[in-house]
Amino acid sequence: MAMTIHVDIVSAEGEIYSGLAEMVYASSVMGELGIAPRHAPLLAQLKPSEVRVDEGSGGMKSFYISGGILEVQPHLVTVLADTAVRAADLDEAAAMEAKRRAEEMLAGQQADFEYARAQAELSEAVAQLRAIDRLRKVKQG
Amino acid sequence: MAGAKEIRTQIASIQNTQKITSAMEMVAAAKMRKAQQRMLATRPYAEKMRSVIGHLQLAHPEYRAAIMREREVRRIGYIIVSSDRGLCGGLNSNLFRHLMRELKEHRNQDHEIDFCIIGTKALAFFRRFGGRVIAHATHLGDAPHIEDLIGTVKVMLNAFESGEIDRVYVAYNRFVNTMTQTPSVEQLVPIAGEQDEKLKHHWDYIYEPDSKEVLDTLLTRYIEALVYQSVVENGACEQSARMVAMKSATDNAGGLIDELQLIYNKARQAAITQEISEIVSGAAAV
Repeated sequence: MAMTIHVDIVSAEGEIYSGLAEMVYASSVMGELGIAPRHAPLLAQLKPSEVRVDEGSGGMKSFYISGGILEVQPHLVTVLADTAVRAADLDEAAAMEAKRRAEEMLAGQQADFEYARAQAELSEAVAQLRAIDRLRKVKQG
Repeated sequence: MAGAKEIRTQIASIQNTQKITSAMEMVAAAKMRKAQQRMLATRPYAEKMRSVIGHLQLAHPEYRAAIMREREVRRIGYIIVSSDRGLCGGLNSNLFRHLMRELKEHRNQDHEIDFCIIGTKALAFFRRFGGRVIAHATHLGDAPHIEDLIGTVKVMLNAFESGEIDRVYVAYNRFVNTMTQTPSVEQLVPIAGEQDEKLKHHWDYIYEPDSKEVLDTLLTRYIEALVYQSVVENGACEQSARMVAMKSATDNAGGLIDELQLIYNKARQAAITQEISEIVSGAAAV
């Protein structure tokens, strides 16, 4: 049986892949890396790219990561991805949608902030009105 | 029957409140389930991160990041994680009370304190309490993203690197179970690691592009991951605390309604009895 290495790909918002592989390919900021079992300990910074996991017998899985860190121990590869989505799922429409949502959310936050300020101004105005009202009553009385 | 009418309107108003609290309870229960799943989803990353940092502490890196070195403490940074909304029982105030005790100790030792605040509740509290708030992030929503926190964490790390603050803590509510949340304060920076001297062999990583850059990135990610995890955990705490608080509010409203109903019935009966006796005595007089 071919030698295998344990591979874990995780992002802050969930686990993406965990399993045994014969070979792992990733792109560091310096260039393409191929990691076979019993590789020397390595820490590398990854650029936004594809991480491919060769599971042997022709099974190749690929994951898109938008940057991250790769740690290699002789029997263990860990990819700490910044935000990772499956490469197959990654199409232009989804990316556009995410961007639009983000922008909308930003706009929404703005509105929320405006609302809070408006509320503060309103309560101030109400307090002023009440004070004026009271003054009037005092004058009349 | 003026008294009876007043009681009736009071009952109606309590019933309205009860409707609201029971709706909030159900919403919180649904959100709690999601928040707990989110909390579980962040665990693998944090575990892997911790194991990589563990490996790193066993290695003999050529570069020792400032973040890993202890130094004399004069100024302390606190990252405080709270909820954005209220009506979640004593969740936030328990955390603040716990913090106040600790802050008092630091004050006694003449340590100055800077705050980084996540969530509007803590912002409001520390605005009243005073203290230097150097950064804040609010309105993270039910599903916080790590991108929303990067800025806040970076402010603290920059202050640490430039020597303004010498230690950073994170304060948040730890999720034990649905009924129990415990306030906890943990040291973030310098990374508390035990230096193991009796290592079998001397080894170091190969770094790409170079040790300083990789280690700085890695340690920043590590801190970010810890803060993110505490935010997510605090979110799960918030929902479950709100669910429990709203449940007890609904129960209390039910108790009040029962009591008022009894008083109302008595008042009604007394009024009827009085009317009858008036009629009877009127008839007797004729």
